[in-house]
Amino acid sequence: MLDFENILVLTQKELYDARRNRWFMLYAVAFTGLALGLAYMALSGAGNYGLAGFGRTSASLINLVLLIVPLMGLTLGALSLAGEREKGTLMYLMAQPISQAELLLGKFVGLSLALIAALGIGFGLTAFAIALNGGSAEIDTYLILMGFAVVLAVASLSLGFLISAAVQRGSTAIGLALFLWLLLVFFGDLGLMGTALVLQLDVQQLFLAALVNPLQLFKIAAISGIRSNLEVLGPAGVYAFRTYGSALLPLLLGLLLLWVIIPLLLATYLFKKRGVL
Amino acid sequence: MIEVAHLTKRFGRLRAVDDLSFNVEEGQAVAFWGANGAGKTTVIRCLLNLIPYEGDITVSGIDVRRNGKQVRQTVGFVPQELNFHDDLTIAETMTFYARLKKIETEHDFTPLLDRLDLSQHVAKPISDLSGGMKQRLALALALQADPPLLVLDEPTVNLDIRSRDTFIQLLLELKHAGKTMVFSSHRLEEVTALADRILLLEAGKLVVDSPPDQLEQQLGWESTLHLYLARTAIQPALDALQQHGLPVAMNGRGVRVQVAPGKKGQVLQMLCEAGVQVDDFTVE
Repeated sequence: MLDFENILVLTQKELYDARRNRWFMLYAVAFTGLALGLAYMALSGAGNYGLAGFGRTSASLINLVLLIVPLMGLTLGALSLAGEREKGTLMYLMAQPISQAELLLGKFVGLSLALIAALGIGFGLTAFAIALNGGSAEIDTYLILMGFAVVLAVASLSLGFLISAAVQRGSTAIGLALFLWLLLVFFGDLGLMGTALVLQLDVQQLFLAALVNPLQLFKIAAISGIRSNLEVLGPAGVYAFRTYGSALLPLLLGLLLLWVIIPLLLATYLFKKRGVL
Repeated sequence: MIEVAHLTKRFGRLRAVDDLSFNVEEGQAVAFWGANGAGKTTVIRCLLNLIPYEGDITVSGIDVRRNGKQVRQTVGFVPQELNFHDDLTIAETMTFYARLKKIETEHDFTPLLDRLDLSQHVAKPISDLSGGMKQRLALALALQADPPLLVLDEPTVNLDIRSRDTFIQLLLELKHAGKTMVFSSHRLEEVTALADRILLLEAGKLVVDSPPDQLEQQLGWESTLHLYLARTAIQPALDALQQHGLPVAMNGRGVRVQVAPGKKGQVLQMLCEAGVQVDDFTVE
């Protein structure tokens, strides 16, 4: 039975720590700066100068989110348990009347809120700057993008927790997190293309293979939120749009949420099995 | 209060704790004594369900493996490595752990901090504390909820000699106040001063389970007694002790004699009966 009071105490501690976490601050500042920069440059790409509207900015932000948000979630998650394990604080924490699941959830909720706050600052300041310049059209696409970015951040964090529960040292956890990030970000598309060529996958199989990568889920969801069809993603995109239609977005959201829940459950199992060492 | 049956803990091929069974009665102070690597810390970690183990452990009838959280509610723990969150102050640390232990927020910890000489340091961050202060903070945290059972892992390892004596005195007071105590140490003087029972561990196995006063006997240890005597008393002392068949030799200002466990007093008694006055003595 989970004790929500314990989870709250641990969540508050995690939020307190996040304020002093240099990695976290670096990510928050970098994301905000780049988001503002992209909003500015999106319009200059169209031959004008100044800040673009929400629609064009959303399209520009997809690649930024795909690069930075998983990196934030994976590394912060990877350091969560492994960092405390290495410092020795995990041993003393777990000697208190709390369960492994409570500790894990408390830390997870705290870090999720911290990540959401960082993304909120980045998206919020960019939106504020766009609104100041008179842009208000297509704000709904911007909000959809922000919503999916939040889910992607939490899913990446969950994967980071899984790494953290499995290893002893913070440095190993960070190394594995960076490797997974590279795998998901850079080798996701290439791997998919290669697999499709070698195994001669049809469009349905290609689409299903894409759903294995949470970043692809985000990309498809974000693009389908911005455009009325998915032709930009090729035959697999067209297939997905024709097959699932308006159910595609809820389906992608559900699959992304599974990427939040399943790694977290596995992390809890591993943490219980491994103990504090 | 504590029942341990066939406790085994393996790290790969190594058996850090090997089929260990013992129990601890309420109000007893029990020491795990042994060299580094004997398995003392591992047993303590198992008692708190911090690591998976084989065998059975119950505390007050509660299965530690199944209800570790419930058991830890009744335990105050002092770890060997004092790793608290460095950025918190003493006051913040006390509040954080008090909340996890469900101690009411209005609770005043001043008497406890006064007793441990920490009151004037409450605003200091943990990173600024000395080893001794951290050790006292660990005890303060262990006593926060006034638990019936204290589990201490090498509680004086970070202390200098003077602080060690003070700390042992504090633990003795807690023992007299009725706390059940389980602690580990590699210092014999510490375990004999505090414990009602000593469990000697070697390579994870229980070698001896004995009260402190019978430990030497159980281990079959011989002591060397150095007796300091007046010059004229040396020969009568040699004669008297040799008459009783004791291995005795001259030693500078007196004699030295090999004594079986628990027989040191008898040597003094023999000399007294032979009319030899002993000025001083040391035990080796």
